[in-house]
Amino acid sequence: MNKHLLSINDVSAEDVVRILDTAESFREVGTRVIKKVPALRGRTVVNLFYENSTRTRISFELAAKRLSADVINFSTSGSSVAKGESLKDTALTLQAMGADAIVIRHSSSGSPYTLTKWVRGSVLNAGDGTHEHPTQALLDLYTIREKVGRFEGLRAAIVGDVLHSRVARSLSFGLVKMGADVTLVGPPTLIPPDAPAWGVQVSHDIDGVLPKLDVCYMLRVQRERQRQQYFPSVREYSRLFGLTRERVGMLPEGCLIMHPGPMNRGVEIESDVADLPQAVIEEQVTNGIAVRMSLLYLMLGGSSERSGDE
Amino acid sequence: MKSGRLLDAGEIRRAVTRIAHEILERNKGAGGLVLVGISARGDDLARRLAVEIERIEGAKLSVGVLDITFYRDDIGMRAEAPEVHETRIDFDITGKTVVLVDDVLFTGRTIRAAMDALVDFGRPISMLLAVLVDRGHRELPIRADFVGKNVPTRKDESVRVALEEVDGEDAVYVEEPGPGAERRVGREKNE
Repeated sequence: MNKHLLSINDVSAEDVVRILDTAESFREVGTRVIKKVPALRGRTVVNLFYENSTRTRISFELAAKRLSADVINFSTSGSSVAKGESLKDTALTLQAMGADAIVIRHSSSGSPYTLTKWVRGSVLNAGDGTHEHPTQALLDLYTIREKVGRFEGLRAAIVGDVLHSRVARSLSFGLVKMGADVTLVGPPTLIPPDAPAWGVQVSHDIDGVLPKLDVCYMLRVQRERQRQQYFPSVREYSRLFGLTRERVGMLPEGCLIMHPGPMNRGVEIESDVADLPQAVIEEQVTNGIAVRMSLLYLMLGGSSERSGDE
Repeated sequence: MKSGRLLDAGEIRRAVTRIAHEILERNKGAGGLVLVGISARGDDLARRLAVEIERIEGAKLSVGVLDITFYRDDIGMRAEAPEVHETRIDFDITGKTVVLVDDVLFTGRTIRAAMDALVDFGRPISMLLAVLVDRGHRELPIRADFVGKNVPTRKDESVRVALEEVDGEDAVYVEEPGPGAERRVGREKNE
């Protein structure tokens, strides 16, 4: 394992298997009466969130707490950042307080990488701008492996606002790394021009893709990141690319429906589609805790002196 | 590396049978008993004990598998985080007599970790310890209730238990330290 997790490309295919196998043991911990193990006692994990987040921050917090690490939540509102402190000074402060790991979410792509230059501990990217969200990709890979049982030859579509989606990037890289066939589906304005270089297919016709899938992954339309008009109206978007009841009927039996959350019910996914048994959206959230426990354990469970030298 | 065999398949079989009898004698039957084996190999021995106990007493005992990795006292002292294995205890241990089963008792640190782990699953009425080999050199005040064979060893030797289920044969070996032996010394999971 690398010292930092900035991109899904920091992990090899063997590392992915190791992370998912270890996460399985942590799933078991989550079923116990006492859902806590002493593995990371005395370690300190800082959640440094420059962007709003509910599930990722809580998931990391719970993961660290279930490993008995001490957790500090640092969000930008009501902190020194609101007083104008720079990322560097915040990092140096956390460093001085002895953080073993910093989990960072930031609206600027690449800020986790910049952070690694200033701190001695491990840095975990919890989403940076439109760049990557590697822990989301790993929890999605866990969910797919658990439900479908394989990656080799798996047919997955990632549908929607790929352009602004760090989830789509990390998951595409991860799935391709593990041997799956990935198709990105969306309006031409929302598919990044360099997408073919990721090793994926591109389609603008969702109805032609659906009948051949093992996994149908819906993305949220990220209106807060869209700086121009990418499609005429929400209504037209959901008619052309939304996962409706009718479109679910075109999916092969056993095809998983996934979504990283938070969902815009009625936009990219019809409300009652999200509640179908083949929609594993809540399981993705549960698995997220186990996968993040696995990552924190594998990254912080080794000798800190040695990892400091690397 | 020089190596000598301490126990053969027949001796292991007879030791397991004797321990099964001793457990039943101590517990006055199979009432309230459950077995929890420490992986790897302790779980296989626990399953064998369950088979013997069923043959002797006609009672089918629940068998669990416990991995002690998260409870080790040396996490962060090794270069890499120790590899994790499966834990599966799908029955309630509260109010039960739990027999912990392991292959080799050495420093006692594995058993300390296992006891800490078990109390996170419930509150057993009592815990007992059964091991196939006790090789001495305890570093904690821990002892076994049932022992297959007591083996005096040097601390730098290594005792290796092979079981049909994982290794394709039943035998216990004592091995002299040799090149690369540092990694293997002890065979205790949390040495």
